[in-house]
Amino acid sequence: MKLVTAVVKPHKWEDVREALETFGITGMTVSEVSGYGRQKGHTEVYRGAEYDIALVPKIKIEIVVEDVDADDVVGIVVKAAQTGRIGDGKVWVSALDSVVRVRTGDRDSAAL
Amino acid sequence: MDGYHAWMLIAASLVLLMTAPGLALFYGGMSRSKSVLNMMMMSFGALAIVGVVYVLWGYSMSYSDDDVATLFANPFTLFGLQDLDPSAYITVAFQLTFAVITAALISGAIADRVKFSAWMVFVPIWVTLSYFPLAHMVWGGGFLSHNPDGLAALVFGTVGEGAEKVAEIAPIDYAGGTVVHINAGVAGLVLALLIGTRIGFGKTPMKPHNLPLTMIGAGLLWFGWFGFNVGSIVFASDDPDAMYTQFVSETGLVWLNTTVATCAAVLGWLLLEKIRDGKATSLGAASGIVAGLVAITPACGALSPVGSIILGLVAGVLCALAVGLKYRFGFDDSLDVVGVHLVGGLVGTIGIGFLATAGGLFYGDGAKLLGVQVLVAVFAMLWTALATLLIGLAIKATIGWRVDEEDEIAGIDFVEHGESGYDLTVAGGTRRTPAQSTQKEGVPA
Repeated sequence: MKLVTAVVKPHKWEDVREALETFGITGMTVSEVSGYGRQKGHTEVYRGAEYDIALVPKIKIEIVVEDVDADDVVGIVVKAAQTGRIGDGKVWVSALDSVVRVRTGDRDSAAL
Repeated sequence: MDGYHAWMLIAASLVLLMTAPGLALFYGGMSRSKSVLNMMMMSFGALAIVGVVYVLWGYSMSYSDDDVATLFANPFTLFGLQDLDPSAYITVAFQLTFAVITAALISGAIADRVKFSAWMVFVPIWVTLSYFPLAHMVWGGGFLSHNPDGLAALVFGTVGEGAEKVAEIAPIDYAGGTVVHINAGVAGLVLALLIGTRIGFGKTPMKPHNLPLTMIGAGLLWFGWFGFNVGSIVFASDDPDAMYTQFVSETGLVWLNTTVATCAAVLGWLLLEKIRDGKATSLGAASGIVAGLVAITPACGALSPVGSIILGLVAGVLCALAVGLKYRFGFDDSLDVVGVHLVGGLVGTIGIGFLATAGGLFYGDGAKLLGVQVLVAVFAMLWTALATLLIGLAIKATIGWRVDEEDEIAGIDFVEHGESGYDLTVAGGTRRTPAQSTQKEGVPA
């Protein structure tokens, strides 16, 4: 199994979710996060005083999938989240040892 | 004139609304999320303590007939309102709310870093040495009024004889340009200099944490200000017909002037921002509201509506420029009490000298009124600066102003009040049993 983690622009999150649902992904964990990459945040002005706001709000999506689905899921997320502008985010895949469904105790593939 | 008394009860209540929650929200939204409660508590605390002090000796010190050297009135003559005719209670109520908000305004200059106990000791002493005397001098017939022994009479002479003798050029402060705004603005400046900057001032971001709160606060301030300005009418005669005529025409004028000056100040502030920074901001609109209200406060009975628009526009632009001064000079007037209240108060007080329809320079009446207005403003500034400095130094030497450095960084809400403004997490913590609470009182969970 693999853990696919995607950090995307907040306004693209709904597109990503729809695309994943169409593919057959039934659940995911979503968090509101902040961070920065090459764009290095933005500037805000309050009563004439400028502030460099380093952290930009993003949505982080975590999905556990079968090994064979990982590449497809990454492709779906990238396609749905892409605007072609700086700040589109990242997707990464990591190996996963085991998963348990809390309600039933089912393990691994049965727990997805 | 029964309607007048009903209106004055409403007006007093409106001015109370300006402090709590108006000013508390305006300031609270501009502070950081870790100090929003302390910021709001400074307004609520000022309300509580000044309300009590005002009834005990505040009214007596401002308005009892027992004048002391034209600077203040005897605080004991009407102590606790004991010998006051009950028909004057409505006046006491209205004036009480002015003392409250003036003290509360100062808190914006010293946000995020001051012990609540120090503030609660400062406020009653400050109103006693600064606010009550200035209210007496300006509105109680003292040194900054038409008093024949007052400042204006010393400079430009008097007219009339005997009991009728008054200053030839009487200073104008309709609702508190000197008494309220210059007073609070100077006090804020002195305290900001004395107490020092917040840790990280000018380096780490200290941006407003909740601008919607600030905008609600600004709106409530505006609404309450109708009580503040329109309620400040003083009748020229006690003939019922004359009173009625004056009431109808003057209250309408004051309401309109208050509103159009404020509208113009918002436009001025936003226009300057658009030109200078590229964007018109919501904080700019909220600040423009207060700048306009401050400037029109002393002038609202003396200007035409068009004059008020000009005054408001000037106030909006000048205050928007003035809020940047603290970075240039390095004083941490956290929420711009100086930039908005001192500068706005000066614009209004001195602007009267140019724009007053009777006595203004632009109306061909010469520069005497302008001179009087400048002198009164300067005297008020000196008085407040001295009083605030003395109290500030005394508190610094005894209680101390600042919370510990570590506590200031952690956040003053928890340290001073044991609370946090926002609980946005579902995993908040565990409730202690009563036994644990008594054992560990005061220890953070």
